[in-house]
Amino acid sequence: MTDYNLADYSKKPITEPNRKGFGLGLVEAGDQDVNVVAACADLTESTQMYMFQEKYPDRFIEIGVAEQNLVTVGSGLAAAGKIPFVSSYAAFSPGRNWEQIRTTICLNNQPVKIIGSHTGVSVGPDGATHQMLEDIALMRVLPNMIVLAPADSVEAKKITLAMAKNDRPNYMRLAREAIPIITTIETPFEIGPAYIYRQGVDISLMATGTMTYQALIAAEILAKDGINAEVIHVPTIKPLDRETILKSAQKTRLVITVEEGQIIGGFGGAIAELLAEELPTPMRRIGMLDRFGESGEMDELINFFGLDAKHIVLAAHNILEIKKHKQLQ
Amino acid sequence: MQKLPIERLQEIANDIREDIIDMLVEAGSGHGAGPLGLADIFSALYFDILNNDPKNPDWPERDILLLSNGHCVPVRYAAMAEAGYFPKNELKTLRKFGSRLQGHPERLRLPGLESTSGPLGCGLSQGCGIALAHKMDKVNHRWVYVVMGDGETDEGNVWEAAMLASKYKLSNLIAILDRNDIQIDGPTEQVMPIEDVRAKWRSFGWHVIEVDGNNIESFIDACSMAKAVTEQPVMIIAYTVPGKGVDFMEYDFHWHSGAPNPKQAKEALNELRTLGGRIRSEHQ
Repeated sequence: MTDYNLADYSKKPITEPNRKGFGLGLVEAGDQDVNVVAACADLTESTQMYMFQEKYPDRFIEIGVAEQNLVTVGSGLAAAGKIPFVSSYAAFSPGRNWEQIRTTICLNNQPVKIIGSHTGVSVGPDGATHQMLEDIALMRVLPNMIVLAPADSVEAKKITLAMAKNDRPNYMRLAREAIPIITTIETPFEIGPAYIYRQGVDISLMATGTMTYQALIAAEILAKDGINAEVIHVPTIKPLDRETILKSAQKTRLVITVEEGQIIGGFGGAIAELLAEELPTPMRRIGMLDRFGESGEMDELINFFGLDAKHIVLAAHNILEIKKHKQLQ
Repeated sequence: MQKLPIERLQEIANDIREDIIDMLVEAGSGHGAGPLGLADIFSALYFDILNNDPKNPDWPERDILLLSNGHCVPVRYAAMAEAGYFPKNELKTLRKFGSRLQGHPERLRLPGLESTSGPLGCGLSQGCGIALAHKMDKVNHRWVYVVMGDGETDEGNVWEAAMLASKYKLSNLIAILDRNDIQIDGPTEQVMPIEDVRAKWRSFGWHVIEVDGNNIESFIDACSMAKAVTEQPVMIIAYTVPGKGVDFMEYDFHWHSGAPNPKQAKEALNELRTLGGRIRSEHQ
């Protein structure tokens, strides 16, 4: 079906939290480069940094519950030649310490690697305070920052290794719950490209992070209805792979974006900005519609907020109907 | 490096003060009181204390100086120019379009600046990061100095860093608190009282040294003492006179920000060049 050696995700996929891939990747990055160091704000288990901490205790710094300090200490470590990974819940980092990131990491252009776990409503029972939805918008707006969102645990590991070799400030958003693994060790990843996981001609489903799985399932359902959807996985939200996105929009002339975050300023916002300037295209943005989440189980929240495959299918039918109607006029 | 006599360091401090007035009047904006109060400390840092090389600002063995209260950067620019990091005539470009001397310091613009600062409360934690990295690398001959404002310690980030430095026993970290008692809105003890400063830092696990920040000899001694402390980070509380050397600016919080106009600048320079009327200026 694709050139990308994807996993067999459609029937009974193996699931794992993508933060685990980060934890494993960080240990491997540490094995590869002695300058890789890590700091955490009292969430080593949650962010999966404990693995690095256990293997390299002398290269790990426990910051305590102090996210402003987390990123500024990170800036100092980078200034001294280290490659610091700093982690917390995304609601607190980059949620609480945005100005420190802006000044001491981005304007200062220090290659600090910011890991924000527990993004999206899939965080579940903890509720709205801990379901970070605005991180893409907050990080995307900063000059020098690279914004990354892995589809699954396997890709999160690859992204972590790529971050360790990248000389710019990076942000990676992670999720709490186990989600289907859709990629394999052979699936390519580099910082920058968007990947066409499924070729199609009728509509482009552009997804990032945990939502790429939902977009792929939606495409399978649409195929049964005779609609041939293209699925583009966009792990690098900034800088955007303009060429791949514009080419797909040019081909299908219909775009749906899917993300587990606010569409205002988020991934959907990024795609809308690009298309509005370069290739105005009818589109729908699926994501959080200017509201907060709430407590619940992952599956019921993903469903309630309209982020699952079923809702992507509905949106696709809707936008295709409008197109058909306009063509008849 | 041959040590300069104290008298020479005092002259340099005075030159720095003249530079600050010249820069500010040319820029038409900026901060006066803090930089003037810090001139003695910066003369001591750049011409006695810091192990650095103006011709090789990225020298890997250098000591690190972070200016956390970035708005006081005119004193750093002036000291750097006096030390030979860049030509003195560049000082007049402060705050102007295209200048390397940005209104608040930007590391990427000017070699020799170790970080980008201005938004307050972030310097000490960056200093912690650098000091931690040096400790990890078993580098124990490089010192990390962080100059901070007193009003700045209203920021919570400062105290997060204070706890961390003490936890990790960062004895290679020396903070210098410019205790000049003023901030933008008024005296610190009215805006947000920070006393008992000494007790606060001690209770956070720091070794505290108090010194007259306008006495170069005392300040150099304080830094020597700080280097002898093991197992603890050191806070040097440097009591300075804001606006030091210019009579109408001294102790007046209104001069925290704002540049002198040409008439005021002339008066200030006359005072600085005559050492408060004690000598006759060649400019008169």
